[in-house]
Amino acid sequence: MLRSLQGLVCRSLKLDHGCALHTAARGGLSSVSSQDVPAENLRAVFHTSESDPAKHTEQHEGRLYNIPLEEVKAVFPHGLPYRFQQQIQTFNEARVMVRKPALELLAYLKGSNFAHPAVRYVIYGERGTGKTMTLCHVVHYCSRQGWLVLHIPDAHLWVKNCKELLQSSYKKDRLDQPLQASVWLKNFKSSNERFLQEIKTQKKYMWGKQESTEEGRPLGEVVEQGLARVRSASDAVGVVLREIKQQSHRGSFRLLVAVDGVNALWGRTSLRKEDKSPVSPEELTLVHNLRKMVRNDWSGGAIVTTLSQTGSLFKPSSAYTPQELLGKEGFDALDPFVPIPVPNYSPGEFESCYGYYLERKWLQHEKAHTEDGKAELRFLSGSNPRQLDRLAGPL
Amino acid sequence: MASEKPLGSCPAYSYHTLLWDTLRLICTTTAVQRKNAGASGPEKYTEAFIKKQIEEFNLGKRHLANMMGEDPETFTQEDIDRAIAYLFPSGLFDKQARPLMKHPTEVFPEQRKIQWGEDGRPFHFLFYTGKQSYYSLMHVSILSVINNASSQSNNICDILNRNLAGSRWLTKIELEEMLVEKMSDDDYSRFIRLLEKLVALPCADLEEKYIQKFSKEVPAQLQKVLIEPLQYDERGVAFSTGEGRRKTASATAVVYDNGTGKITVNGIDILHYFPVLQDREQLLFPFQFLGRIGKHDMVCTVSGGGRSAQAGAIRLASAKALRSFVTEKEVEFMRQAGLLTVDPRVKERKKPGQEGPRRKFTWKKR
Repeated sequence: MLRSLQGLVCRSLKLDHGCALHTAARGGLSSVSSQDVPAENLRAVFHTSESDPAKHTEQHEGRLYNIPLEEVKAVFPHGLPYRFQQQIQTFNEARVMVRKPALELLAYLKGSNFAHPAVRYVIYGERGTGKTMTLCHVVHYCSRQGWLVLHIPDAHLWVKNCKELLQSSYKKDRLDQPLQASVWLKNFKSSNERFLQEIKTQKKYMWGKQESTEEGRPLGEVVEQGLARVRSASDAVGVVLREIKQQSHRGSFRLLVAVDGVNALWGRTSLRKEDKSPVSPEELTLVHNLRKMVRNDWSGGAIVTTLSQTGSLFKPSSAYTPQELLGKEGFDALDPFVPIPVPNYSPGEFESCYGYYLERKWLQHEKAHTEDGKAELRFLSGSNPRQLDRLAGPL
Repeated sequence: MASEKPLGSCPAYSYHTLLWDTLRLICTTTAVQRKNAGASGPEKYTEAFIKKQIEEFNLGKRHLANMMGEDPETFTQEDIDRAIAYLFPSGLFDKQARPLMKHPTEVFPEQRKIQWGEDGRPFHFLFYTGKQSYYSLMHVSILSVINNASSQSNNICDILNRNLAGSRWLTKIELEEMLVEKMSDDDYSRFIRLLEKLVALPCADLEEKYIQKFSKEVPAQLQKVLIEPLQYDERGVAFSTGEGRRKTASATAVVYDNGTGKITVNGIDILHYFPVLQDREQLLFPFQFLGRIGKHDMVCTVSGGGRSAQAGAIRLASAKALRSFVTEKEVEFMRQAGLLTVDPRVKERKKPGQEGPRRKFTWKKR
């Protein structure tokens, strides 16, 4: 079953731990000198050189594919799990495993009719099984296809640990979060440059008393405005979202709304107002606008979301189903959706990941190279991608 | 010593006096015997004293039998032990520290009677060697060696050889007890060498009996633990059960054959039940030791204790269950690895005057 060295290896999509799997395409020929022939053949099995997610099929399942580093910077300014980013730095390459949930999602996206209202997909699963990585895989695909990607890396960041809460000038009872909004705007700008020039505003927006954006100006200006005037960043975000939503069903571009940790939008927040009363999510501008995006009253794209227990507030650690994490309100708001469960590694995927670590010499312990070591790793990690990553670290 | 009061003399106190009498016979520990105090120094206990103690012991035994409602004539030592354990329950771990009532000859160390007569002449001909019992023993043994060496018969004692396989010689301390005399290490090793020489020769029955006086069976090895055979459930899959305890946790494990390495604890996957790596490693140990990591499935139930105790209990239970799947040699390896031993460590009790089991209160100079 040795594929040619051109096989792509897909990354295993994990929640917080990126498992950068080696791509055979780049590595195979260059680092031949240090590898024996059997190792090279091994590598070939685990990697594919197909770096376009559009061409990933069941054949590539369990294999890792490479994303060139420039593309990583362009497509994922934010949104990759932290440990995965560290892994990219260590191995100097970004490898993602192709897994079944991602393939399923891609198949749905390829076959979806964009005249209909946007379909919502909810990726759920236990902790550390690869939901965020699945999302990133899909985002990569969409950006390759030329979609406009609206990627919110972690909605939980917007409902907790906010140092500054400003009262919104637009609506009296809403609260702004200038810092979070500006950070997101910056990342959004870097990933979707060309769209910001193409899309034009359809209304005149007033920022305070003097500044305004005329109709027909490129959206980039709104973003600049938000970045320049941090106070109005949240409103700028709201404007951007609104414009994009309105224009998406015209068909000039496809829109992908990718939200990680969507259960944050309907839970509780840990923020308090000045009078120590708790803030509910509706009172935050960012959350309010995002909720409007996630509603399926627009067409010409798709909404892919992930549930996350890790960053969630006031939820038990054993909760992972949509029912538990979203709560009644969230479930009703997101209903109907297509649930996509993400399980732990299958045996083949485990072999793949293990082989990658071995090949990249990440596992230094001499016992780790043996069959027994592999069985031990499999047992101790329970085939959970995050546990495996954590275990392999000190070895 | 208080006089024995007849039964029924003081109705209000009779029970207490009886108990007190039996109490006096209860000595704290026979560990004193370890030092073989009887062989050194002049007699500590006179013969009359010992006789009196024996009388009191017998009387106390009859009283005890009466108290327990049993027949005084047929009251054996085991009955005594059980009665004392019932009347004086003790939570002490050291069995020798608990109350006991034994025959005075077992309690008081044996000691030598006076070795010389009224005229000052010693009884034994080897008295002036200083170690008369030892040298007389050596003489007797050497005699038997010489006799056997001279006899030309070729029948080797099979029985003795068989016995020696599961037996050991007396230790120096045991020999000292037997002879009621102190000896040095050199003397002891000489004697043992002589015995081994005797064993190597073809010997007759008498010699056999003589040698058996100095050897002891090693009970631990001869005691074989029964290993359960494999059972088969309705699907035809072989399985076996095991139980384990650790601190306050107790666990039962059912190990199935032809599995994929899936383990369920109280209906929950181990990854969720034991989020800590250390506990999972404990569970892994028996399987890894036998090299059967992905081959068995396990379903366990555990209760009590904390997370570490539960992990230890399941480990013991799974090791016990795995015995049925494995050869005897591997069982022996497991035993030596400590997988089949119950961990006796429990929480130590807090003592009065201290803050914890060992920690004392803060010492203040003034």
